[in-house]
Amino acid sequence: MAAIVTDNLVKRYDEVTAVAGVSLEIAEGEVFGLLGPNGAGKTTTISMLSTLVRPTSGTALVAGLDIIRAPLEVRRNIGIVFQEPSVDDLLSARENLYLHSMLYGMPRREIPGRIEEMLRLVNLSERGDSLVRTYSGGMRRRLEIARGLIHGPKILFLDEPTLGLDPASRKAVWEHIRALKNRHNTTIILTTHYMEEADSLADRIGIIDKGRVIELGTPAELKKRVGHDLVFLRGAIDEAAVKALPFVNTAERDGDRWKIGIADSGVNLQALLNAAGRIQEVEVRRVTLDDVFLKFAGQQISDDEDEKADGFFERVAAQKAVRR
Amino acid sequence: MSLNAVWALLLREAKIFLRERERIVSILISPLLFLFVMGKGMAAGRSPVEGFTYQQFIFPGILAMVILFTSITYGLYIIWDKRLDFLKEVLAAPISRATLFVGKALGGMLGALIETLLLLVIGAFFILPQSPLQVLLCLLAAVPVSYLITNMGLTIGAKMKSMEGFGLVMSFLTWPLFFFSGALFDLNGAAPYIKAVSLIDPVTYAVDLMRIIMLGAGHFTVWADLGAIALFCLATTALGVAAFGKLQQEK
Repeated sequence: MAAIVTDNLVKRYDEVTAVAGVSLEIAEGEVFGLLGPNGAGKTTTISMLSTLVRPTSGTALVAGLDIIRAPLEVRRNIGIVFQEPSVDDLLSARENLYLHSMLYGMPRREIPGRIEEMLRLVNLSERGDSLVRTYSGGMRRRLEIARGLIHGPKILFLDEPTLGLDPASRKAVWEHIRALKNRHNTTIILTTHYMEEADSLADRIGIIDKGRVIELGTPAELKKRVGHDLVFLRGAIDEAAVKALPFVNTAERDGDRWKIGIADSGVNLQALLNAAGRIQEVEVRRVTLDDVFLKFAGQQISDDEDEKADGFFERVAAQKAVRR
Repeated sequence: MSLNAVWALLLREAKIFLRERERIVSILISPLLFLFVMGKGMAAGRSPVEGFTYQQFIFPGILAMVILFTSITYGLYIIWDKRLDFLKEVLAAPISRATLFVGKALGGMLGALIETLLLLVIGAFFILPQSPLQVLLCLLAAVPVSYLITNMGLTIGAKMKSMEGFGLVMSFLTWPLFFFSGALFDLNGAAPYIKAVSLIDPVTYAVDLMRIIMLGAGHFTVWADLGAIALFCLATTALGVAAFGKLQQEK
């Protein structure tokens, strides 16, 4: 059974169409990555699937339940980790988890055991009684993940789970996500604009741009669709022999080296090197999801997550957040 | 309505309230100024009720004031929640908006009860000795009053976009509610327009109820006060649940 089926989901705000008709099918136990630049409609899509935002038209089945007709039942079956931390600063990790468990209607007897289990999962057992305001960004994120999982959801939504984290914390979060998939067979929907994140975690990726899914497939398939890996060679190159190879798509001079586009460098590199002649230097650049995105969306995913808060309220809010 | 969820929400509010001790103290400052500076300073001020000083006369009104300020401030705090993402977690939970609303309203009520008790104890020592029964009755009376005023704060807070409106609400709602309630004077001798406005002011009935309990004399009867307060409770619950139904995370 599919974990999620969406049928032409649309969300229009007054002037803007945030999501312009998304139809997807996500299998049980799958890690699905929604990849796209800021403002592409990733968060709005997730918000509709998690029943936080009502679609303008279209609908979806989440865990077999209709998001419009049975929102509370959908909520019981999903976990959400938000883009911005929503753990309560003034409570400890244990209290946050307790509040969540009660809100999700877990049987009271099970709650203490589950809390400890979750804290162990995200390595927060020792700090479980400290107030969350004393936590680092990475710890908060891990607590959010623990909270999203404590009620045993069938489907977990992760909205930019590593946004603004340092590389070490990011790696840790990735490890947790992999463990979830392997151990619990949880279906995971992940939004990100980090290419390597989608590449390393997702079974399948949907590239979303301007509210539409423009490309869909496994990371390998998507890369294959872009075409070729690039091999840069320096030395006395036998141009004719290289161009005669069946897997070579392009060969051109790039300064003092040759830039050669070949299909599947993993298999064909040796044959290329054998035919090319005397080589002084080799550099291989494999297709990345960046190239995929560049090709299909016609633009680079920009890395501008650090938009500075400049409105008056944002400043006050930021100050207050610090004070708390 | 999920009782477990209401209990959990209430527990959260209680913990946070008790952890922010500065807030508990700061809310008591203006009521104490009214009681000990104005109440004592107006030496010529005479009590409309026989056998009491002016300071003793306004004591029940100042209790109502504490409930009013604590409850409305608490209710408006939901604007912060909205802006700072803490609300998202509860908005995404599988509970009805009515459950969320009642949990929040009871949380505000709890804060108001703690403040009321503090002021009652201070007042019992320095102003007007109270029997344990009177203290208990005052706290019981504070329950529905703080509930209905928290409802008002939550309803306005749910609709407001930013904290800048906070001052406006204080000027245009909280202070008028306080002054028109007759907390500082006797409604019997008041100008007709004050009397008229006071009738639609829920705090009027709270002040009156407190006076009946503490001084043994009021403007209306106990039953009129309780009836009016019950009506305001129902009306503000309906308004609040409706406002929460439309509540969404900002941004």
